[in-house]
Amino acid sequence: MPDRYQQFVSHGFGRTFAVRTGLPRPAMLRRYRPGDPLLPGPALLRADGSAAPLEQTLKSAGVEVHTTDDDTIRYAAVILDVTAVAQVAQLRELHAGLSGVLRRVLPSGRIVVLSTAAGAGDAPPVAAARQAVVGTVRSLGKELRAGATANLLQLSAPHVSPAALESTLRFLLSGRSAYVDGQVIDLGDGPARAPDDWDRPLAGSVALVTGAARGIGAAIARTLARDGARVVCADLPAAGEGLAAVANDIVGTTLALDIAADDSPERIGTHLRQRFGGVDIVVHNAGITRDKLLANMKPEAWDAVLEVNLNAQLRINDALLGGGVLHPAGRIVCLSSTSGIAGNRGQTNYAASKAGIIGMVRATAPLLATSGGTINAVAPGFIDTDMTRHMPLATREVARRLNSLQQAGLPIDVAEAVAWLASPGAGAVNGQVLRVCGQNLVGA
Amino acid sequence: MVQRRNRPGHAVIVGGNRIPFARANRSYAEASNQDMLTSALNGLVARFGLQGERLGEVAAGAVLKQSKDFNLTREAVLGSALGAQTPAYDVQQACGTSLETTVLVANKIALGQIESGIAGGVDTVSDAPLALNEDLRQVLLRANNARSVGQRLRAFTGLRPGQIKPSVPRNEEPRTGLSMGEHAALTAQEWDVSRVAQDELALASHLHLAEAYERGFFTDLLTPFRGLQGDENLRPDTTLEKLAALKPVFGTSLADPTMTAGNSTPLSDGAATVLLASEEWAARHDLPELARFVDAETAAVDYVHGDRKADGLLMAPVYALPRLLARQKLTLQDFDFYEIHEAFASTVLVTLAAWEDDEFCKTRLGLDMALGPIDRSRLNVVGSSLAVGHPFAATGARIVATLAKLLAEKGSGRGLISVCAAGGQGVVAILEAV
Repeated sequence: MPDRYQQFVSHGFGRTFAVRTGLPRPAMLRRYRPGDPLLPGPALLRADGSAAPLEQTLKSAGVEVHTTDDDTIRYAAVILDVTAVAQVAQLRELHAGLSGVLRRVLPSGRIVVLSTAAGAGDAPPVAAARQAVVGTVRSLGKELRAGATANLLQLSAPHVSPAALESTLRFLLSGRSAYVDGQVIDLGDGPARAPDDWDRPLAGSVALVTGAARGIGAAIARTLARDGARVVCADLPAAGEGLAAVANDIVGTTLALDIAADDSPERIGTHLRQRFGGVDIVVHNAGITRDKLLANMKPEAWDAVLEVNLNAQLRINDALLGGGVLHPAGRIVCLSSTSGIAGNRGQTNYAASKAGIIGMVRATAPLLATSGGTINAVAPGFIDTDMTRHMPLATREVARRLNSLQQAGLPIDVAEAVAWLASPGAGAVNGQVLRVCGQNLVGA
Repeated sequence: MVQRRNRPGHAVIVGGNRIPFARANRSYAEASNQDMLTSALNGLVARFGLQGERLGEVAAGAVLKQSKDFNLTREAVLGSALGAQTPAYDVQQACGTSLETTVLVANKIALGQIESGIAGGVDTVSDAPLALNEDLRQVLLRANNARSVGQRLRAFTGLRPGQIKPSVPRNEEPRTGLSMGEHAALTAQEWDVSRVAQDELALASHLHLAEAYERGFFTDLLTPFRGLQGDENLRPDTTLEKLAALKPVFGTSLADPTMTAGNSTPLSDGAATVLLASEEWAARHDLPELARFVDAETAAVDYVHGDRKADGLLMAPVYALPRLLARQKLTLQDFDFYEIHEAFASTVLVTLAAWEDDEFCKTRLGLDMALGPIDRSRLNVVGSSLAVGHPFAATGARIVATLAKLLAEKGSGRGLISVCAAGGQGVVAILEAV
């Protein structure tokens, strides 16, 4: 649902007024609906000869691909391959490849740049040139209008699986990444598999989602189910009524427990093993806030947040990994937050837990990699939920606009990112933090 | 090739779900029987992933039922996430309703007629059926059957102002005019059940229930409804002193009345369901087996004409049990858990006293000697109706699911259920660990 301000400035008088006064005019974002084509218009693919497989991939995904620019055409996406850039002078390819076409990008268009990640072993000029690409893409994200986004796909291994490249491209081009902007996604050499059906990439898998009774958790459960997973919806016993409604809606099942309880990791493991023979996807979404300035914060508020948001995840991961409950090529996705990256006044405890998750994800990634699995974090920015609905109006209105897309994200935006990271094609993404924040100014 | 036929076997209890029980006219004041039963079903469906499934049947019922609810259970099924192809029917056996529906479903499963089914019950006293005044109803029926305007007008001359008073369902036995509490008070007096013993039983019920909630026993037996997360009647902080301070409310015309609001169940609203299945069905669906349904027996007493001591209104389970024990070649002491429905504390105590009474067991139950005492530490170990509340038709299913989980936790043993019901009836049943 677009917010009221967004509706006001999108039509008639409100639109005129906003244009005249220079008020922000957030666009209606293109969001994915099952059956949608990957792109609502043609794509311009700018790459040297080495990107021929890319052209084939896009074409087989139903995209109308142009490899030379025709200035009468408006594009839904521009894909620029600068993986070969290894000198500062070559960076001009960024300017040459993008500058002329930007004004012809359709609303909710996509700029996807492919580059080679700068590595510690690179010669200084090479590393400089490669790192420079990040700055351009992030700036471009801020320049684009009408819901268009710019993201960078960095190859950080010499051999990235074609399925991983295709899966990431599909995510970034589609409406699934509506609120992902100005982000850098690293593709390593983890094994990825193209799903049989790109519209149901999770078919046949079992997923656990904690905190699934409402808000972002419910959206994640619904999205994983839409993508084909059988979802075990976990939440506090007190949230049981909403939990049952979500589970019944998506043909999933409920598991009522407090994840912070001592016996919960064992109960979760036993439940998943006995009822489903194990689990393929674990989404740690459950979390609480107990906001107070540190000077006024009671120790109980500190402990509760770290216990539920961080310690419980560590203990559950231990039980699922150690007990062999998580299947090989399993996926763990943890909800972090931009608060955990940038810090937030009144959230010393919450930001600690969310930053801690990032540390946990990085440290757990190599362990999962040994079985072809991945663990990643998703860091939502300002998302319209029950929690933010209770913020004071002015604070909320300002907070909503402080990002390149000038609007709050929706729970589904977070859920789409989670579902993609949980998919078989995302196997080359491991130990990373994907921000779903519309390129929020905070902590960028 | 010969197709494999369903072989007779045992039904297993896969699990249960109920909504928390509310006190009358409180949290569920606005909820109908259908709302509550649908919610209880939906919680069960969600827990076991039965969305869209065609089960063998759903059997449930309500004691207090409005005429619009003639097909209550089927309507609840249609409103739930279950497959709409699941047949359903209503049963009413007063407080025995959902133990009786459990027996029905279990028997069909054991016979191989169905593979899975849900038994349940629901009741609301908050949304009780008010009927037209009987006189008014007769007038309206006459008017409706009239064949001419004249006849119709004549029929309407029968209208009187007093007919505006509706007919309210009452908690009393039609044949004696006594409420169930009054009956229980008479029986309690005959069996010399003391006030202290009743209060102690009530206290134990509250403490046991509170402790069970505390350890999370109910997390997979219960789904919150309308903001209520636990049983509204539970008083974890009650004491013998507080219970002793309550004034008697039943049998007040007797010499020494003992029954208070504290040691009697309150009027309640709620719904409970149990999922039963064949072992094969449960295995095929990767679902747990909490306990096996072994056998059941229903009895009735002639409380209208019978002996005041031996044929008390709520004493039918006393008679049902020896028949069941004989059939199963068991003794009263062969159980690890006793779930005796606490309609009133005195009912439980009378039941136990009767089984311990040599004379009674010989003359009335036809036994050689008394069935004997039970180990009281095995009685209603996670609380029962005095603390939980007692929506009449929902109690049996609540107890079946509770006992099944107790047996699953213990991993072995056998449990006995005893539920008394209006009309001088009673149902007893045996479950055993898988």
